[in-house]
Amino acid sequence: MTTTTDTPVTTPAAKTVPVKRPGGRRREGAAWVFLSPWVLGAAVLTLLPMAVSLYLSFTDYDLFNPPHWVGLRNYTQMFTEDPRYWRSVGATLTYVVIAVPLQLGLALVVALGLKSMRRGRGFYRSAFYAPSLLGASMSIALVWRALFNDGGTVDNLLGTGGWVNRPGWALFAVALLTVWQFGAPMVIFLAGLQQIPTELYEAASVDGASRWRQFLSITVPMLSPVIFFNLVLQTIQAFQVFTPAFAVSGGKGGPADSTLFYTLYLYDRGFVASHMGYASAMAWVLLIVIGAVTAVLFRTSRTWVFYASEGDR
Amino acid sequence: MTTSTSTTSTAATASSARKPIAGRRIALHLGALAALIVMLYPLAWLLATSLKPADEVIASLDLLPGSLEWSNYSTALDGVNDVSVWRLLGNSLLIAGGAVVGNVLSCSLAAYAFARLRFRFRGPLFAFMIATIMLPHHAVLIPQYIIFNQLGMVNTYWPLILPKFLATEAFFVFLIVQFMRGLPRELEEAARIDGCGPFRSFFLVILPLTRPALITTAIFTFIWTWNDFFTQLIYLFSPEKFTLTLALRSFVDASSTSAFGPMFAMSVIALLPIVLFFLAFQRFLVEGMANSGIKG
Repeated sequence: MTTTTDTPVTTPAAKTVPVKRPGGRRREGAAWVFLSPWVLGAAVLTLLPMAVSLYLSFTDYDLFNPPHWVGLRNYTQMFTEDPRYWRSVGATLTYVVIAVPLQLGLALVVALGLKSMRRGRGFYRSAFYAPSLLGASMSIALVWRALFNDGGTVDNLLGTGGWVNRPGWALFAVALLTVWQFGAPMVIFLAGLQQIPTELYEAASVDGASRWRQFLSITVPMLSPVIFFNLVLQTIQAFQVFTPAFAVSGGKGGPADSTLFYTLYLYDRGFVASHMGYASAMAWVLLIVIGAVTAVLFRTSRTWVFYASEGDR
Repeated sequence: MTTSTSTTSTAATASSARKPIAGRRIALHLGALAALIVMLYPLAWLLATSLKPADEVIASLDLLPGSLEWSNYSTALDGVNDVSVWRLLGNSLLIAGGAVVGNVLSCSLAAYAFARLRFRFRGPLFAFMIATIMLPHHAVLIPQYIIFNQLGMVNTYWPLILPKFLATEAFFVFLIVQFMRGLPRELEEAARIDGCGPFRSFFLVILPLTRPALITTAIFTFIWTWNDFFTQLIYLFSPEKFTLTLALRSFVDASSTSAFGPMFAMSVIALLPIVLFFLAFQRFLVEGMANSGIKG
């Protein structure tokens, strides 16, 4: 609170303490006014829909007739009778495992390069960041389809044929589009790198530590919270990829379901085939899987993420 | 490799050590430039292809078109499904504009409460708010669709705009909270002594100071809404209500290459606002990204 050094009139201040309470309550009321849009949104557009989608996942529902309770049938059908479901799981997991490490690795390498640059850093930072904004668009997804098509640039350069019409390759075209958007994590890495005190490197090099050693013993631990932040964020986003798969496969997840990502199949079941119950069950499995993956990441983070504030201050 | 051997030595050794460093720097720049060319190729290709005549589009590695085919753009301006590009552009702008107003307003209100006011359950509610950042959109998608369907709002812009007025994008709430926490408390205390209640000190003191975070929120909201495809795909089905993104969709199924030029001309038109935003606000964008929650 405000200091009261020179005035002996501090006793009224002490008396205002009980008076503060109604003021505090008024502030509490004010807080709820400020919060009201968020509270309404959280209740009506988040919590209620979560509960409803859990309920619908145990029903047959086509949007026109009332939901019809079927118990666990959606789930058993999903896990035991629907090969397309498993293909969508496989495609999504393959994509996450390929795209996220490649994207983050590239982001880190480029950030390290930019950090040791004196001039032009701002320019490159912005230029590398641009694809992160443009790449999420349908326009670029269509460009990608053309570049990786039969007779497209990649076919011409590498002679591999088009990627997007070959089952074993189409997924990689989508993954590369994600890797191409490494700018966003790169910017975050760069910000993190710039917060590492240079004295640490100076001390290490006085002790004769090699660059590689400095990278392992200073950069990685000091940057680990940022690496972790990027890893969680990009993984969660990768699980939900939709637009590029839709564009590359003509909305159908082809060829041979190789780009039938989870969300694409969910869209197909819910909004094309009108199996809202089945799609809700898929949504809940996705929610649980993303929650589990995040939890595992958080748990393993205890062993490798280093928070300077815990040790020092 | 060769850093820091010269820290305490004489000028002579320092200059001899500087050479490999200069070499490294040049290598860095060359590497960065090479990477940049590869990365910008798809964009250059898009621009070039949008100006190519139909017979040159496929099977030509040349970036530069043999002859400029401006008719691609006039075809694109005619639009898709008898809806002109201007109409599509207007629809996209309306949705993105509405989303910007909604997000800035509702997210800053919620952020102020979380950052500056005391209320019961603040801790748990804040934790919940953060958790919704990680919540996959699909977990709430179908019931939201059912709600908007019941309200008769499917095939209108309400499902795309209304949620933004209810601070459903927790990422931005968090971003603004982080920023507001950095503002000195004395400002509000001074305002309070001058007789400002929480509302006046929010509007007159805090909000003007939060401007950088609000601008970041506005720009990101605009670009993300502009790029959004999934929500528009499920909620809009009348061609005259389509956005540019959604209109591009009609090219997704078409396998004929005859529409290639106009398709990419339209893609360029659809990207143009983002490019302009990027050029105008890249500072805010890059710094907004850098500060998005990783500051200690």
